[in-house]
Amino acid sequence: MDAGNAQHIHGHQHQMQEHVMLSNHSMQDQGQQEESSEEREYRSLMKKWWRAAIVSVPVILVSYPNLFGLGNLFPMGSGQLWWARLIMGLLALYVVIRSGGQFFVGTWEGLKQRSANMNTLIATGVSAAWLYSLVALFWPQIFPRPEMADVYYDVTTVVTALVVLGSALEVKARGRSSEAINKLVALQPQTANVVRDGKEVRVPLEEIKIGDHIVVRPGEKVAIDGTVVSGSSAVDESMLTGESIPVEKNENDEVFGGTLNKTGSFTFKVTKDQKDSALANIVEMVKQAQGSRIPVQKVVDQVSSFFTPGVIIAAILGYIVWYDFGPQPGWVYALIVAVTTLIIACPCALGMATPMSLTTGIGKGAENGILIRSGEALQIAQKLKTIVMDKTGTITEGKPSLTDIVPLGKFTEEELLLISASIEQGSEHPLASAIVEKAKEKGSRPVKSEGFNAIPGHGVEGTIDGKKIYFGNLKLMKEKGIPLDGFNRYDASMADQGKTPMFLAINGEAGGIVAVADTVKKDSLSVIHELKSMGLEVVMITGDNERTARAIAKQVGIDRVLAEVLPQHKAENVRKLQEEGKKVAMVGDGINDAPALTQADVGIAIGTGTDVAIEASDITLISGSLKGVVSAIKVSRATMKNIYEGLFGAFIYNAIGIPIALGVLYPFTGILLSPLVAAAAMAFSSLTVVLNANRLKRLKLKFN
Amino acid sequence: MNWIVTIGGLLLIGVIAWYFWGPKKGGSLVETNASGYQEAKILVKNGYNPSRIVVQSGKPVRFEFTRVETGACDGMVIFPDFEKSATLPAGEKVIVDLPPMKTGSYDFTCQMGMFRGKIIVKN
Ligand SMILES: [Cu+2]
Repeated sequence: MDAGNAQHIHGHQHQMQEHVMLSNHSMQDQGQQEESSEEREYRSLMKKWWRAAIVSVPVILVSYPNLFGLGNLFPMGSGQLWWARLIMGLLALYVVIRSGGQFFVGTWEGLKQRSANMNTLIATGVSAAWLYSLVALFWPQIFPRPEMADVYYDVTTVVTALVVLGSALEVKARGRSSEAINKLVALQPQTANVVRDGKEVRVPLEEIKIGDHIVVRPGEKVAIDGTVVSGSSAVDESMLTGESIPVEKNENDEVFGGTLNKTGSFTFKVTKDQKDSALANIVEMVKQAQGSRIPVQKVVDQVSSFFTPGVIIAAILGYIVWYDFGPQPGWVYALIVAVTTLIIACPCALGMATPMSLTTGIGKGAENGILIRSGEALQIAQKLKTIVMDKTGTITEGKPSLTDIVPLGKFTEEELLLISASIEQGSEHPLASAIVEKAKEKGSRPVKSEGFNAIPGHGVEGTIDGKKIYFGNLKLMKEKGIPLDGFNRYDASMADQGKTPMFLAINGEAGGIVAVADTVKKDSLSVIHELKSMGLEVVMITGDNERTARAIAKQVGIDRVLAEVLPQHKAENVRKLQEEGKKVAMVGDGINDAPALTQADVGIAIGTGTDVAIEASDITLISGSLKGVVSAIKVSRATMKNIYEGLFGAFIYNAIGIPIALGVLYPFTGILLSPLVAAAAMAFSSLTVVLNANRLKRLKLKFN
Repeated sequence: MNWIVTIGGLLLIGVIAWYFWGPKKGGSLVETNASGYQEAKILVKNGYNPSRIVVQSGKPVRFEFTRVETGACDGMVIFPDFEKSATLPAGEKVIVDLPPMKTGSYDFTCQMGMFRGKIIVKN
């Protein structure tokens, strides 16, 4: 029903058009403007509906005087009836102009472009009914039989009323489908406590500049992106990441506009412009994605461009056939059939199905911290067979932590930790920081070491309290002649668990083993299990050696491992998997994953990964959690299913509705649709598409 | 059977089919500006005016959309072949840049495909 077209589409457009202006006003303003513009359109349509509905009452009464016991007042063929009908005709004209004017404007503009749309169908149908009635009223003698000179002003007004009502309901429902963006936009507070000349002042958002210091108290929202300069707190970032556990923020940590401060107070320095903030970028990305097209839409576009002229042609053919072969009076039947056909056809149900569901589905993803960059990615994600995951930083935390301390001599665990932390203090190695961090956590204070020296590929050496310390791998121990007495067996078993053991020798004696490992993220096992139960094959890719890689894979339940893959060969490996004829997704975070992310059918960048990775990806999971992979696939499957349902519904509706309107049932059952029923069906059909898309919002994404 | 109605109707069908689906000629040829862009200004009012844009292959194209109405469906323009879209706030000029194209024709539409335009690329 593009009756509505003009009408029922534009409410949606209003919210789409806002982002260009983000730079000029605060996002909060936009949120409010959006709401009111949709609300305004709804109210204007409802006003048109009431006007048409109220006028329809007397028009119907006069159209069927005998039915309503008015037969005595307006006897057939009387002058009173003629005048009453004339007045009804004028009232109907008033309704057509005031409530249905947009159909005619839309038709005319379309015709100038040699294109036809829903407006054309409604305008043609409504005006055919009105003009026929006019001729019947003024020149009844040109009709072969007097009873054919009947009027159809009720069709004119009721069809207009129903179509406008359908549009209004649709605007209302569609407003709900774009809620996700409105919610995001409305997250940002409008003012902030800025420190100016040592004093705190409440300042409107648009006056905040980069470099300003902003104070945030418990329960307040962070106004804009920045870096914490003092204080600490837990901040709820679920609106951006979908992750419900608050994130600890300390000095030098980044905070984001729109997030909610929970416990403590802190001051942060503004680092980003309003329009470059994370929230603005997300809103922008979601809007772009919602406007994008998916491949299936190309077919719909083809159908749409033939649809409306096709329906007009069908209506004319119907008219000819009924006129020539139908029951008498031929004029009347032919006219009813043609008008009904024009009115029941609804190209916009077809045209709306995809964008409506896409908008809702992508919005649903955004609410859960999943940014889907294009409709195409969404369509492919649903067909995925293989998920390739980068090990480090994706399946694992990406930084090692201390896992075991095994005393082998006379030293205790505490002493071993203290000594190894002390010796590693000066080292830059990531393994070292894992040990030092653990020592601090346990409350032991590393002591000063002397003569620190890193032995590349082996470990470190130094002196503590006059004792000579070696700390490193098995090779180092062998080289330095440390007697191992069989405890080198730990080396193999620990490696099988994916750990890196480091041996500590004190004054030429074996002291113990300190093992570090890149630990598996807590969600990895359940996510991979879930993916497998969804029928997906999960492959791990890593530059690590086969042994460590296998160990990690075993922990998380992955069967297929591509180990010792150099970063530059990751894309190549993805391509090989694609050659198996499967659609492959790559999940990764680092810069060196970018080529593989691009090569994959769907590239999924995880976490606050580098900008390069996000740029190369089709889907970005804002929270670092792997759960987003499952959610992203669920969203894409549900959205595509919803799109096909909507398209199928719209197609079936037209495929059944148009032939019935043309009267194919009449020879068998005597059923002929009235134009009034057709108008109701049409309004309902496009509303159904919108309601179908709205069902997506109930999609459950959480899992355990 | 009334031959006037039958023949008249069939003729009308022919006219409609030709008008909407027949070969469309014309379109406005765009000019190349100093920076090498082929610039086309498009007025958006219940459709795209002009809706047929003729450009040369191998040169980038710059569209300047101005939407002069508020209450219709064309608040967003989509170039499906280029994965590009832009929102068109009423009364604002919006620039959309497209890469150099091969000969052929490329559609642009509103979000629901109701309003359509065509880029015709010639050598
Ligand atoms: Cu419709």
